[in-house]
Amino acid sequence: MIEILLSASFWAAVLRIASPLIFATMGALICERAGVLNLGIEGIMVIGAFVGWMAVYLGLPLWGGVAVAFAAGAAIGLLHGILVVPFGLSQHVVGLGITLLATATAYFAYRLALPQVTTPPKIEPFQPWEVPLLSDLPLVGQALFAQTPLTYAAFACAGLVAFVLYRTPLGLALRAVGENPAAVEAQGVSVTGLRLGAVMVGSGLMAVGGSFLTLSAFSSFFFEMVNGRGWVCIALVVFGAWRPGKAVLGALLFAGFDALQIRLQQTPVGAVVPYQLFLMLPYVLSILALVVMSRRAQVPAALMVPYAKGER
Amino acid sequence: MRLEPVAQPGLARQIGFPALALLATLGVGMILAAIAGADPFAVLGQIVIGAVGSRLALLETLNRATPLIFTGLAIAVAFRAKLWNIGAEAQLYAGAIVTVALGTGVLGGPVVLPISALAAMLAGALVLLGPVLLKVRLGVDEVVTTLLFNFIMALFVSYLLEGPMKDPMGMGWPKSPALIPEARLPRMAEGLRLHWGFGLALISAVGVWVIQTRTTLGFEMRAVGANLRAARFAGMPVTSVLIKTALLSGGLAALAGWAQVAGVKGHLSADLSPGFGYTGIIVAMLALLHPLGVVVSALFVAGVFVGADAMSRAAGVPTYIADMLLAAALLFMVLALALTRVRVVRG
Repeated sequence: MIEILLSASFWAAVLRIASPLIFATMGALICERAGVLNLGIEGIMVIGAFVGWMAVYLGLPLWGGVAVAFAAGAAIGLLHGILVVPFGLSQHVVGLGITLLATATAYFAYRLALPQVTTPPKIEPFQPWEVPLLSDLPLVGQALFAQTPLTYAAFACAGLVAFVLYRTPLGLALRAVGENPAAVEAQGVSVTGLRLGAVMVGSGLMAVGGSFLTLSAFSSFFFEMVNGRGWVCIALVVFGAWRPGKAVLGALLFAGFDALQIRLQQTPVGAVVPYQLFLMLPYVLSILALVVMSRRAQVPAALMVPYAKGER
Repeated sequence: MRLEPVAQPGLARQIGFPALALLATLGVGMILAAIAGADPFAVLGQIVIGAVGSRLALLETLNRATPLIFTGLAIAVAFRAKLWNIGAEAQLYAGAIVTVALGTGVLGGPVVLPISALAAMLAGALVLLGPVLLKVRLGVDEVVTTLLFNFIMALFVSYLLEGPMKDPMGMGWPKSPALIPEARLPRMAEGLRLHWGFGLALISAVGVWVIQTRTTLGFEMRAVGANLRAARFAGMPVTSVLIKTALLSGGLAALAGWAQVAGVKGHLSADLSPGFGYTGIIVAMLALLHPLGVVVSALFVAGVFVGADAMSRAAGVPTYIADMLLAAALLFMVLALALTRVRVVRG
C-alpha cells in the first residue's frame, strides 16, 4: 500500500484518470451554475469520444479531433438548451433523452463507418510531453510533469473556468443567472442567451472529456467505454459544492481511489477479495460523497427552475 | 418572439402535436435509413413487417414487450410522484438474482413461482429504498444515486456469476445454473411461444391504474408529484408516500427481471437485460406516465426493437437505428406536449 502511494506511476495515473473527469465536471458545473442540470453528460461524453476519434482516424490532427469533439458537444448542448431553456421542459427527462440519443447516434455512426471490424482500429494518440526541467525533479517530476498535453489542458481548463466564474463580469452574470434570473433580466442581460451559451460551452467541455478517452487514454473507440463517468461527474459537482477548485479536488480523490483499486488488485489483498468489489469502489465512493456533501452544499437557487420573462 | 401559455388547449392541439411528433420520428428514421444507404420506405416497411408481419414476429414483439411493461410501469409510478428512479436496471437484476436463488432447488412444488415473485419484488423494492431514504432523510438527489446503483449492481451480478452463483456446468460461460422446471413460467397456451409473464404484466398495468385512480395512496402519489409543498401543507405524509411509491416502483422493476429469468432465459447472465431499465424511461414517457398507456407504448417500443433487428439483417442498416428512433420519439414527444400548452407570439 505504502509502496503504491510512493510510486511516481501511481500519481501519474491519478492525473491521467482525473483528466476526462475534470473536463466533464467543469462542463457540468458551468451548466448547473447557470441553472441547468445537464443529464445529457453521459451521452455527450460518448459522442465526444467517438467524434474526436473519428476525426483523427479520418486524418485530422489530434487537436483538430479535440476541436471537433467540442463542436459536436456544443451542438448537442444547443439542442438540450433549446428544449429546457426557452421551452422549459423537464431537465431530467430531456437530459436522459439526450443521453440515449447521443449514445445511440455514436454507436450507429460507428457501425455505419466501420461495418465489419472485430478489432477496433487504432489511431496515434497524444504522447506524454515532459515539461523541461520540472520533469527531472525526483519522484514529482515523472508523476506530475510527464503527462499528455490534454491532461495539462484539463487543469488549465479548470483554472480558466474558476477565473471566468469569479473574476469576470461574464462569470458574475453566469452565477447570478443560476441564483436569481429575474435580477439578471432586470440588468438588461438575456437569461435565455446566457443559459444557452453556458449549456453549449459546458456540453462542449463534456465532449472534450469524452475525447480524452480515445485521443489520450486509449487509442480506439469501444462501446460502453464511458461507463458511467458522466454520472460520476454529476456527483463530483455536488461533492465540489459547485466550486471549480473543490470539484477538481474531488476528481483527483476519485481518480486516486480508481488508480489505487487497480493496483490493489495485483497485491495479496486482490487475490482474496473479488476484483468486482474494487471496481465498485469508485461508484460507492461517489454515492458516499453525495451523502456527505449534500447537507452543506449551497445549491444554485434557480437550478432546474425554468425562467419565463415576466413571470414571478 | 416569446412563448405564451395556452389556458385551455383545444383537441386539435392535444392530438395534432403528438401526431406531429410521431411523424417527425418517422422522418428521422427515413433520413437515417438514407444516410445508411438504404431505401427509406423499404427500411420502414421492413421494420413493420419484422415487428408484426408474421405470427413468429408478433410473438417475439409480445415477449420483448413483457419486461418493458414492468420497467415502464415502475418508472411511470415513480415519475408520477416526481421520484426520479433511473435505477430500474439495478432493481431488475435484484429481482433476477432472487429468482435464481430461490428457483434452483431451494424450494420445490407450486409455491416456487409465487414466492420467487414476491421475494423478487421485495429485493427490487429494497434496492430503491436506499436512495429514497437518502433523498427524504438527507436530501441526496436520487437521480445520481439510482444511476450509480446500476453500475454497482452490474458488478455484483458479475461477481455472483463468477463466484457463488457460477454454473459448474457452464463451460466457462459466466451464467448461473438453470431454474428447476417448477420455477419456470408456463406458456399462456399450449404451443404458443408466449409465457405468463406477459399476462401478469397486463394485470400489473391494470393494478397500477386501479391504485393510481381508485385509492388514497394513488391520490397522494399524484399530489406529491404535482406539488410537494402543497401536499405537505395539506397534511399528507409525504415521506411515507414517497417510500411507498419507491417500494411499488422497485417491486415492479424487479418483476421484469423475474419474468425474464423465469419466463425466457431460465438462468441468470450478465446480458439478461439489454437496458430494459433505461428503455423503460422511454416507454413511460411515451405513455405520458399513464399505466394503461405503458402497455401500448411498451408494445410499440418492443416492436421497433424487434422490427429493427429483422430489418438490420435484411437491409444492413445498424440496429442502433432503433435506439436513435426511440430517443428521438421521446424528445419529440416531450416537446409536443409542451407545445400543446404554449403558443409562440411576437413581441
